[in-house]
Amino acid sequence: MTMQRRDFLKMVGAGAGVGAATALTGCATQQAAGGGRKVVVIGGGYGGTIAAKYIRMMDKSIEVTLIERNDHYISCPFSNLYLGGILPDLSKLTIKYDKLAANHGIKVVQAEVTGVNAAERTVTTSKGVFNYDRLVVAPGVDFRTEEIKGYTAQTPEVAPHAWKAGPQTILLRKQLEAMKPGGTVVLSIPLAPFRCPPGPYERTSMIAMYLKQHKPGSKLIVLDANPDIVSKKGLFLKGWKKHYDGIIDYRPAKKVTEVSADGKSVLIEGIDEVKGDVINLIPPQRAGAIAVSAGLVGPDKNWCPVNPTTFESTIHKNIHVIGDACIAGAMPKSGYSANSEAKACANNIVNLMNGRAIVDFSGINTCYSFLSAKEAVEVTGVYLVDKEKNVIIAAPGSVGVSPDLSETEAIYAESWLNNILTEMSS
Amino acid sequence: MKQRWSGLALAVGAMTVSAAALAAPPTAEMLSNACAGCHGTHGGSAGPSMPSLASQSKTAIIEAMKKFKSGERPSTVMGRLAKGYSDADFEKMGDFFSKQKFHPTSQAVDPAKVKHGAELQEANCSRCHLDDGKEGKDDTPVMASQWLPYLNIQMQLYQSGARKMPEKMAEKVKPLSKQDLEALLHFYASVK
Ligand SMILES: Cc1cc2nc3c(=O)[nH]c(=O)nc-3n(C[C@H](O)[C@H](O)[C@H](O)COP(=O)(O)OP(=O)(O)OC[C@H]3O[C@@H](n4cnc5c(N)ncnc54)[C@H](O)[C@@H]3O)c2cc1C
Ligand code: HEC
Ligand code: HEC
Repeated sequence: MTMQRRDFLKMVGAGAGVGAATALTGCATQQAAGGGRKVVVIGGGYGGTIAAKYIRMMDKSIEVTLIERNDHYISCPFSNLYLGGILPDLSKLTIKYDKLAANHGIKVVQAEVTGVNAAERTVTTSKGVFNYDRLVVAPGVDFRTEEIKGYTAQTPEVAPHAWKAGPQTILLRKQLEAMKPGGTVVLSIPLAPFRCPPGPYERTSMIAMYLKQHKPGSKLIVLDANPDIVSKKGLFLKGWKKHYDGIIDYRPAKKVTEVSADGKSVLIEGIDEVKGDVINLIPPQRAGAIAVSAGLVGPDKNWCPVNPTTFESTIHKNIHVIGDACIAGAMPKSGYSANSEAKACANNIVNLMNGRAIVDFSGINTCYSFLSAKEAVEVTGVYLVDKEKNVIIAAPGSVGVSPDLSETEAIYAESWLNNILTEMSS
Repeated sequence: MKQRWSGLALAVGAMTVSAAALAAPPTAEMLSNACAGCHGTHGGSAGPSMPSLASQSKTAIIEAMKKFKSGERPSTVMGRLAKGYSDADFEKMGDFFSKQKFHPTSQAVDPAKVKHGAELQEANCSRCHLDDGKEGKDDTPVMASQWLPYLNIQMQLYQSGARKMPEKMAEKVKPLSKQDLEALLHFYASVK
């Protein structure tokens, strides 16, 4: 405990300086008054980095600590392009936190968050305890592996999900590379809602592209637990027919319920066996484990209900949940949504901490997907709050998809990634 | 200090009723920050193709948004996005981005083309694209430091007739060769 306390002191001391001393001596009284100036953000991904940055950009008197388990972040967006062989490695998808911290005076702490105490407003981590006046929880997703029989800690090592970018993505690509021509790849898609609705179908396209170019005679069997393609159906079907006819065997309403120990075979609804040389098994998902243990998930036990204007949890006061982990009405679980939610949440946290009126939510989602090395499509929408129902809805007429596969959209998509990662890292 | 506490108490109290019902309409900041995931923080694009909006002429932004919305100006994504907003929103966004700091870029441009373009600018385009494209006036956009692939795409759209050129601009553009136009765009991209 003394150890932790000292670490904490050190960290506060190392921070931007503003109010560090008062933060320590005065925090208890400030908290009692309900008006301290400390925000802690859990998770340095698409949502967390942006919440931290925008709070500091809007109000330098608020002290912001960003706690993330890794010293770098690897983007899921565009990781499918690495699987397709378009990107040679993950370097373009990797960001660090040093510039973000320096430019905005954010304290970035590399630590695992192990607990949240909503009553005492503390966060427990592998590097000590942190007090907050408001907490932003942005841990992304974790997997409901218990819904797949036979799934163990070893399963991702043999049947990777690659649904968090990094070692998993590299493993899946290595497996594809090692596969003999004429082999079978199986991709298993969980029931919605999951992170990135068009993501599995972009992955289908990219794996098929890889097989077409490097593994002649191979097949890709797609087992989709959903009754149909969840997103951009017409465009994906068009792209698959144009480029990958005879390679993709898409099978709707096929829910994988069991996996073998060697990760080379799955069972559909416990009965039909499907074997593969490579199995990319994406389990069903829920909010990141820390959101669950903090008691932030709702009756569905999976996702966190929030006030749609402030993203404050409807379960615990002073805790805001953004990104994949929260229930954001009509907004899909995407990096762009997380970015947009983070800014609105930051804006209203600053308003609340300064006693100003909160402001209506206005947000955007865009998801680009690649169908070949040079063609992309996107789905886009503008979102706002329906005041009577108190839920996020799409602005009428704003949601839609590209009219066709487009090389111009692929050019813009690349710049989208660069801009959004630059936002997160500087 | 005192005021802040009481204000806060009020706001917190209000939240328990229904935050959404009592919230103020979206501010320029709330609306515009959502655009930054594509156009960069405060509209300064890191490139290499999404256009910067920072320090763009307010009227140029408003006019562009209206034309995207009506379909008069062709687009990949902006046409659908613009349908989610009102003219009053466009006004706020135009105001927000026009007030942001100019975002200079360092792009790979061909020095020979830049030189040729600089020579052509004065006689052909400077009447509207003022001060080497650094100044945007009314509906004429700022061109300086704009991303080259974006400018190329837009010039192609003009040339194909999909995007309508202002008449007086067309008079100047038509006599120029493909190489001349390319040089002009390299020039604008290079201006800081
Ligand atoms: C293959 C694929 C393709 C995708 N493509 C797109 C796309 O093109 N466009 C798009 O918009 N979206 C896309 N997405 C979705 C996007 O990746 C997610 O929606 C986005 O990452 C959500 O952001 P987040 O902040 O909620 O979570 P994340 O970005 O996952 O960030 C969560 C962070 O929290 C950290 N963390 C979690 N728990 C703890 C803890 N206890 N202690 C410390 N740190 C913790 C994690 O390490 C992580 O860094 C794609 C997803 C996939 C899988
Ligand atoms: C999904 C990415 C994306 C988002 C989000 C986005 N834009 Fe754009 N914007 C583009 C692209 C791409 C273009 C080029 C036109 C096209 O193809 O749609 C563009 C062009 C523009 C232009 C024309 C610039 C010029 O020099 O003529 C304006 C103005 C603009 N956007 C404003 C906005 C505003 C305001 C928002 C937020 C409400 C926004 N954009 C959100 C991608 C985006
Ligand atoms: C009579 C005034 C005028 C002249 C002369 C003129 N322009 Fe323009 N230009 C405009 C206006 C106004 C717009 C925006 C109009 C629109 O919405 O299409 C524009 C837009 C552009 C754009 C698109 C920029 C963007 O952000 O989308 C390019 C490229 C361009 N001009 C190039 C040129 C070049 C090159 C010349 C000289 C050969 C030139 N213009 C001469 C008025 C002019």
